[in-house]
Amino acid sequence: MSSRTNISCLQEAKRVAIFGGTHGNEMSGITLVNMWIQNSAEIERNGLVIKPFISNPRAVEKCTRYIDTDLNRAFTPENLSAPDVEGLPYEVQRAKEMNRMFGPKGSSDAYDAIFDLHNTTSNMGSTLILESSTDLFNLQMVHYIKKAMAPHTCSVLLNEHPQLKYSTTRSVAKHPIGLEVGPQPQGVLRSNVFESMRTILKHALDFIELFNSGVEFPPCTVDVFRVQERMDYPRDTNGNITAMVHPHLQDCDWEPLNRGDPMFLTFDGRTVLYEGANTVYPTFINEAAYYEKQQAFMTTCREILAANAIRKACK
Amino acid sequence: MALVFLPALARMAVCGGTHGNELSGVYVVQEMERQRKDLLDHYIDQNNFLNQAVNMFFSAVNCPITDSSPYEVWRAQELNNLLGLKGSTDATDIICDLHNTTSNMGLTLIHYTSSDWVTLHICKYLQTKITKVPVRVLVLDVPISDAYSLESVSKHGFSLEIGPQPHGVVRADIYIIMKEAVDLTIDWIHKFNSGTVFEGGDVETFKFIKSVDYPRDPETRTLTAAIHPQLQDKDFCLLKRGDPLFLSFSGETVNYKEEETLHPFFINEAAYYEKGIAFHLGKKMMLTIPTVQVQKD
Repeated sequence: MSSRTNISCLQEAKRVAIFGGTHGNEMSGITLVNMWIQNSAEIERNGLVIKPFISNPRAVEKCTRYIDTDLNRAFTPENLSAPDVEGLPYEVQRAKEMNRMFGPKGSSDAYDAIFDLHNTTSNMGSTLILESSTDLFNLQMVHYIKKAMAPHTCSVLLNEHPQLKYSTTRSVAKHPIGLEVGPQPQGVLRSNVFESMRTILKHALDFIELFNSGVEFPPCTVDVFRVQERMDYPRDTNGNITAMVHPHLQDCDWEPLNRGDPMFLTFDGRTVLYEGANTVYPTFINEAAYYEKQQAFMTTCREILAANAIRKACK
Repeated sequence: MALVFLPALARMAVCGGTHGNELSGVYVVQEMERQRKDLLDHYIDQNNFLNQAVNMFFSAVNCPITDSSPYEVWRAQELNNLLGLKGSTDATDIICDLHNTTSNMGLTLIHYTSSDWVTLHICKYLQTKITKVPVRVLVLDVPISDAYSLESVSKHGFSLEIGPQPHGVVRADIYIIMKEAVDLTIDWIHKFNSGTVFEGGDVETFKFIKSVDYPRDPETRTLTAAIHPQLQDKDFCLLKRGDPLFLSFSGETVNYKEEETLHPFFINEAAYYEKGIAFHLGKKMMLTIPTVQVQKD
């Protein structure tokens, strides 16, 4: 009898969107979404409305990350409530438009789930990005995906940091999920990366279909990496970088970084060591798009999140 | 072995940032500029022949990469004035143009001609000295990319192409190799100018034959396949009839259908999607180069 009180009854997830091209040079998502816009058979599921969508078509056209400003940082309350005037940056206009189509953000009319497809130049493998440690639906989904993908590893990055969290394209939905697969250079389509992303999505949609059909998912735990800190490159007084990610750290996403470990290598050959007190798990190591955001890598700490059993709420 | 006397190389240009998002060259040139003062002071002290003759020019260009931008036309003229004039006796003797590629090409030395003994000797020298990555020589009889024509401004020229590296990223391991390659090139020039005899011999090169595009939708021209996982990262491998080339999004494999065994390179280079190139094909070619020594006046 008491076990029944630990089941969370959640609303059915009827409307789902899949965003590709939030960044116009991250090719896996762009290719998948264009493919599914042409032929949606692969992504169709019973009782689900699924909309594949190209977020930033102008950036996709130019194969560039963004036109005026990063779309994946543009969904701030200020931007979304900005009046429709001439001269608004393209991505702010786009954010407002997408908020109308898939939101409004924070309202009961918002899409239930949005998957936002990204690639990274970092060696992060398959990564799922969450914005909340208490979204049971997302935690259960991520648990399901990880199990289904095994032995292929799926890491889970949790960004709940008050300063480092940002207003993502997917944040318009009730349940936002970021898919980040790398390493892949910008503007390049690698077959293995493309297929990994495709498979993650397949499992994600399977989960939602099962959930909507009434399947109960038992309590579970999810190993996550929680965002701690952004580490910038050493720079000179003009803001130019004076060192590169050290060869011993390069490509070591998710591996422990301890005090005294090499972190950067200056152009003239000097090593800069990590001096933090605690072991951290770096990620987004040497992501091309983050040089301008003052980030060489992010540090994370490992955490185990617990999720209640969930079931679709009865009407 | 025949001995050929060649003029000393008095002026060298090391150019980075011809493509503004190929970062190794930008930072190598920046670092060399920083060290330049020390280098020249050293040679002044030594009263070296080199100091009397060498004027090293470093060009770090951070520029945007629109192909049709008039900026590049203006810049090309400026570089011709700075490093040329093309064909004149005042032209720079040798240009080394630094590039990165997203392809797994290791260190590849690219020439437009198969008869430049100076640059081919430099290649041979680099091949013996650099062991961390494969060092290969590519000969293009026809210019493929406008960027490489920078070297046509000088008497001798070649491009130093290193990958794999994503555009917009500087990897320490790639930077170190590029720096080493540039240092060794300068090293060879110093030795050559000082009278060292460089023994000739055979140099294995790859000669460009043709390009292959991705399978595309006939109407929209969008890609319908990606480079096959078994070809991805296998630059300069042997491609035989029946080997996989592409994996379509619907799961079919497209195989290499030609009889001639060739070597693919520039496999999956980001900048070549818009040029309709999935990879190039080349043929192995042995070039024989003579022993060379600097011409004494």
